[in-house]
Amino acid sequence: MANENLKRVIIEPVTRVEGHGKVSILLDEDNQVKQARLHIVEFRGFERFIQGRPFWEVPVLVQRLCGICPVSHHLAAAKAMDGIVGGENLTPTAEKMRRLMHYGQTFQSHALHFFHLASPDLLFGFGAPVEKRHVFAVAAEYPDLAVQGVMMRKFGQEIIKATAGKKIHGTGAIPGGINKNLSIAERDEFLKDIDQMMDWCRGALKIAMDYTVENLEFAAPFGSFDSNHLSIVREDGCMDLYHGNIRAITKDGDKIFDQVDPQDYNKVLAEEVRPWSYMKFPFIKEIGPENGWYRVGPLARINTCDFIDTPEAEEARKAFMAVTEGKPNNITLAYHWTRMIELLHSGEKIKELLHDPDLQGEDLVVKGDRRGEYAAIIEAPRGTLFHHYKVDENDQVTMANLIVSTTSNNVPMNKAVEKIAQDHISGAPEITDGLLNHIEVGIRAYDPCLSCATHALGKMPLEVELVDCEGTTMDRKTT
Amino acid sequence: MSDTFTLTIDGKEIQAKPGQTILQAAEDAGVYIPRLCAMKDLVPHGSCRVCTVMVNGRPQAACTQPAAAGMIVESETESVQAVRRDIVDMLFVEGNHFCMFCEKSGNCELQGMAYRFGITAPRFPFLFPDRDVDASHPDIFIDRNRCILCGRCVRASRDLDGKHVFEFVGRGHEKCVAVNAEARLADTDIDGNDKALDVCPVGALLRKRVGFSTPVGKRLYDHKPIGSDIEHAGQE
Repeated sequence: MANENLKRVIIEPVTRVEGHGKVSILLDEDNQVKQARLHIVEFRGFERFIQGRPFWEVPVLVQRLCGICPVSHHLAAAKAMDGIVGGENLTPTAEKMRRLMHYGQTFQSHALHFFHLASPDLLFGFGAPVEKRHVFAVAAEYPDLAVQGVMMRKFGQEIIKATAGKKIHGTGAIPGGINKNLSIAERDEFLKDIDQMMDWCRGALKIAMDYTVENLEFAAPFGSFDSNHLSIVREDGCMDLYHGNIRAITKDGDKIFDQVDPQDYNKVLAEEVRPWSYMKFPFIKEIGPENGWYRVGPLARINTCDFIDTPEAEEARKAFMAVTEGKPNNITLAYHWTRMIELLHSGEKIKELLHDPDLQGEDLVVKGDRRGEYAAIIEAPRGTLFHHYKVDENDQVTMANLIVSTTSNNVPMNKAVEKIAQDHISGAPEITDGLLNHIEVGIRAYDPCLSCATHALGKMPLEVELVDCEGTTMDRKTT
Repeated sequence: MSDTFTLTIDGKEIQAKPGQTILQAAEDAGVYIPRLCAMKDLVPHGSCRVCTVMVNGRPQAACTQPAAAGMIVESETESVQAVRRDIVDMLFVEGNHFCMFCEKSGNCELQGMAYRFGITAPRFPFLFPDRDVDASHPDIFIDRNRCILCGRCVRASRDLDGKHVFEFVGRGHEKCVAVNAEARLADTDIDGNDKALDVCPVGALLRKRVGFSTPVGKRLYDHKPIGSDIEHAGQE
């Protein structure tokens, strides 16, 4: 596209997301949006510098690419290394400790996003004044909610500490198992709080559900578009955030593929590189790079699974699917609702596990026949996470391929940005803070982790610039 | 001749035996002098200088300096501690020490020393040297990124195992621990049971596939600072 006669609007950084990104919008002379893109401007490079490191170091090393959901990377890498040491059939204690760690992670991450990052938009409106668009305003006007958010996150983090050794960047999962069990004293501390947590989960779910249902006319088209959806599911089609085979469905719910073994992920998926972003663009091979993109994360998981094996979350899933009469839901803002269904599911799973005596077992590690290559998949809070490694006979990693959740949502986030720009910015004579926030709301629905997705660190500055077709800056806003 | 004699460390009189170094005499008296290259059962080496003390007003390595009657030793003074902190600081930036994913974390003497001295971030610029790893041996892994040239493995292999698997080569910033073979550890006579594998203060010489099997909370320095065992013994 020739850009010389177009005005460029830049949003940099995108705020209340994890990582660093910017949005660019090109407007023609009539202020109609011609192009809108989310650029990921950081580069991490873990796939390269992990080469040469010993395989047992990988689950601890690679989780450093994120401070929000390191557990997901820790566990995905550990699952891959289970395969390398031939220990993929974990002992009950090891698998349940890891699951507890994972549900604790999902619980705290979803609570963090909903209460701290997304709630200002949902409570005060997308165009609310900038003074209100942050968690402190939520704390001032809705103190109970703010406290719940903090306490729920703490609960999840404590579970991570009890299973991984530390709240952030622990060492619990090791190739073939886990390095500790859960003591009775640790378990009893969680049992004291779990019922309160469940009540707060139900309350958060109700807020997310009511918001979507009551504002359906506005929410349904907001940044929405038809898409494929992908996640792992259990062999019986049940949602499983820790382990399963890959399923992809169309916008109508038809299966593109189902029960694909994680080892075969690269038979059904491929990645494309584009010059304007450090993030790759994964796609379903069978459909091709143009239309083979898909969504991952809570919305995709609820759409792809046949059912959920915890009663309250299953009821919530049914209520959610009823909105679209059982067909996949393609509403971008519905991510919030589905995220809260998963929050409830994680709470139910945590409670179930806390009552399981296997967590106090002593049989922690298994090993079998060595392999030179293994791929593992886990459902991270933000979506399907792929870790694939090759390890040589000296125990050194020779190849690593990571397809991080947010990478899969790259095209969908760009679609959301483009749709919102078309619907809300096209023809607008002036860029307002509220208008810009609309675009960010669309991105935020995906709860992206931009730093994870490219393999960097940094605060997110947000700058929007309106340049006329002569190249003169007409308006500029920085947040 | 009396079996013992008296010297003073930081104003405290302690008894020493003939042949003891200052560090050994201090340890017997429950006084911890920080060290990285010194280790029980290994001949003193005097290379890391973390055990620097002032003896009658002059800096000496406590691990090699013989104790003598009437010595006035300063160890925990501000100026001596500052020297030690600087040495430890420099060791961190001289190599590639990434505690966050090092399996020795929590059990590492260099890290333990940094915590004891209150070092939370390096003050000197990182050198980021280009160092190699040797994973050729089926059971043993060398990561020279983490080596602090203490020479414990050199001495242990020679004096405790009766082998000569390790030796220093190179000079200045190019000095490193080499193995007694053309290139690879796998071509030496090292064995997984060698005592040399138990002496590395950092994560440079490791048994393979042990990794993070000890959970956080049960590692050597998770609850008590390095040296507290010696100090505790002195209180009993």
